[in-house]
Amino acid sequence: MIKFALAGNPNCGKTTLFNTLTGSTAHVGNWPGVTVDKREGLYKKLAEKVQIVDLPGIYSLSPYTPEEVISRNFILDEKPECVINVVDATNLERNLYLTTQILEIDVPVIVALNMMDAVKANGDKIVIEELQKVLGVPVVGISALKREGTDELMQKAFELAQTKRNGTTILENTIVGPIIAKVKEALPQDLGSKLFHAIKLIEGDELEVKAHPEADKIATELKAQQPDDGFDGDYEAVVADRRYDYISVNFKKAIVKANKQGMTKSDKIDKVMTHRIWSIPLFLVIMFAVFHFVFSEDLLFMNAIFGLEIKSETAVNFFTGMGYEGEPLGGIPSLGVFLQSWMGFVFDQLGELFGLFMSTDTWYGALIIDGIIGGVGAVASFIPQILLLFLFISIMEDSGYMARVAFIMDRAFRKFGLSGKAFIPMLMGFGCSVPAMMAARTLEDTCERDRTIRLATCFSCGAKAPIWAMLAVVVGGFFGDIFVFTIYLLGIVIAIVSALIMKLFGKNHDVPPFIMELPAYHAPQFKNLMAHLWEKLKHYVVKAATIIAASTVVIWFLSNFGWAFWNGMVEIENSILADIGRGLSYIFYPLGWAMGADGWKYTVATLTGLIAKEDVVSTCELLGLASGAIGLSTAGIYAFAAYNLFTLPCMAAVATAKGESTKKGFWVTLAWWFASSYVISLIIYWVLELYSVAVWAGILVTLVLVAAIVASGIVLSRRIKKYSKE
Amino acid sequence: MEKYLNEFAVGQKGKVKRITADGKIKRRLFDMGVTPNAEILLRKIAPLGDPIEVTIRGYELSLRRTEAQAILMEVESD
Repeated sequence: MIKFALAGNPNCGKTTLFNTLTGSTAHVGNWPGVTVDKREGLYKKLAEKVQIVDLPGIYSLSPYTPEEVISRNFILDEKPECVINVVDATNLERNLYLTTQILEIDVPVIVALNMMDAVKANGDKIVIEELQKVLGVPVVGISALKREGTDELMQKAFELAQTKRNGTTILENTIVGPIIAKVKEALPQDLGSKLFHAIKLIEGDELEVKAHPEADKIATELKAQQPDDGFDGDYEAVVADRRYDYISVNFKKAIVKANKQGMTKSDKIDKVMTHRIWSIPLFLVIMFAVFHFVFSEDLLFMNAIFGLEIKSETAVNFFTGMGYEGEPLGGIPSLGVFLQSWMGFVFDQLGELFGLFMSTDTWYGALIIDGIIGGVGAVASFIPQILLLFLFISIMEDSGYMARVAFIMDRAFRKFGLSGKAFIPMLMGFGCSVPAMMAARTLEDTCERDRTIRLATCFSCGAKAPIWAMLAVVVGGFFGDIFVFTIYLLGIVIAIVSALIMKLFGKNHDVPPFIMELPAYHAPQFKNLMAHLWEKLKHYVVKAATIIAASTVVIWFLSNFGWAFWNGMVEIENSILADIGRGLSYIFYPLGWAMGADGWKYTVATLTGLIAKEDVVSTCELLGLASGAIGLSTAGIYAFAAYNLFTLPCMAAVATAKGESTKKGFWVTLAWWFASSYVISLIIYWVLELYSVAVWAGILVTLVLVAAIVASGIVLSRRIKKYSKE
Repeated sequence: MEKYLNEFAVGQKGKVKRITADGKIKRRLFDMGVTPNAEILLRKIAPLGDPIEVTIRGYELSLRRTEAQAILMEVESD
């Protein structure tokens, strides 16, 4: 089957073109060794089926980012029959910089001049014939969004694929020209794309220098013989300069710009979104709104303010699906909560359906109904909320707002060794760690990505909330609220401290550079959003579900069978898990909460929390520790809460972390989760216990934090004043 | 007048003279079009004072002050 590769800058509409060409045939794979997505799909409208490979968005073929290396190796090694270079027609100058590099490779190239509709709307004009003449390869004007010109593009690419093409360079008539010719001769005879390799050697490209040391020697000698032309012999600079020079001189004729006056729509939006003072509050309001619509059980606070509520006994059937356990719902749920309840309802019904054919008293009935359906259902019930959260995040990403979020938050995050882009994943951690970890994908630096994933669990997720609620009842009344509040604050403080520790002791001391394009705002495309969500859904269901299903069955088995498992099921007190809990509780003795007759129960509850964090509560209930019966001191409660907050998240999150991290990073993350939760729990218990002023300590922590927030607010406003004066 | 880009005020315009950075940052700047003679306009400073946003070659680019420090400019207008 013939292969076409799509190459181009980020944000040039490559993905839209890919979706338009391949329809629903796309599938996502992983590149070997690197966690960058390769997307493949089929184009079926030609005489022959064509495989379309979507390469990651890049600005150059330099060797500095994994995306660039992947793209160049794909074109050089996999030898696609044709490279479709997607170019954003509204930003020709920078886009063509990559084109001049791709043209140096021995491969047929066709330039897809995308977003021609936007060019027309601006009143500009691009003379395609002129462009074609300068580039020496076919150029087709298209609009991937409106599906204009795509068939013509593919037809031409198909014809081109039957031909061969030798690389050409715009550097030929510059001072680099003669050197290129000589370095080419020094390269091995059987090497393809000699022109490309020679130019990269002259630029001092690390990968090429390593691969062709002899030719590099010649290149270095030749460069030394050249007269200096103001670049101090820096040929990387010379080459980049000549490329841009050539583009700005030669392509002026091809572009007829309308005389635009005033601000564009994008400028106007940006003025509000990145406003000196309002941008940060605005961002917080937007994020709050998103979370409110996904996670709130009291939509628009209508219950709190107006006392509006739905009681399950009076509600129609449609709503009783939601409150099927019979408790008053206490407010109109947000869409996310509503769908989550429905998902849980569906799995419950499924369980009941199976219950008609088998009893949970039999081992297989229990395995299927309680184990598989119950366990998978608990995880599946999060799917609607994850998808909704991602819908909002995708809108923010597609519209161009996400880049601005990174822009406004970068300064604050850099102090902790992270960039502004890490903010979104961390914030999402308050909802659910799974989408939070997936969102870390937008981070370019793998080290930063690993750290962000590691810290995402510090932000107490929705499923951990029932644990705090259960413990708050024991702490009691007014202090119960303070207890929950301090737990959330503790998570944030620990995340900051952890980030600082990783910055201090981590191998990578530099924050990755922030030289980033801020794309023009545009309305997100429905089709793209859906494609995005579909991808996330598949990722979650396929990758996580396998691990979740397996681990669920294992833990179910351990908690329902004794060592003599052939004798049938036993109560959880006599199960293997209980024995494991008793054994492990010795390890947790120093943490306070695992001591005494009930100690093993807390250990078991923590273990079952690995399936889903809500299970900590259900296990406590099952073992007779519900609310009143918790025999822990306040110090013990704090320590138990802290341990559950910082230890391994649920299996779904662990599986996601494994999928999204580097291999080494994942193991460090696991170790980090184990170690940090133990240490923090230990410190909290002994500090609170020794001074036996548990609750007051909690209040003190709160006061210190509030003071810190106020202080940083003052510093912030001073900064703003200082800069607005400048 | 010569000045580094991080010393620019909002609305100031200039031409790139030289890049003093090394390795990855230098290459990244080149790839994004920050090459000698390119025109740069400082558009905006982020709410917390860093990074900055500039217009170059018809698009918006964001970079940190530490990175802008490596870009020597010839000031054109205020």
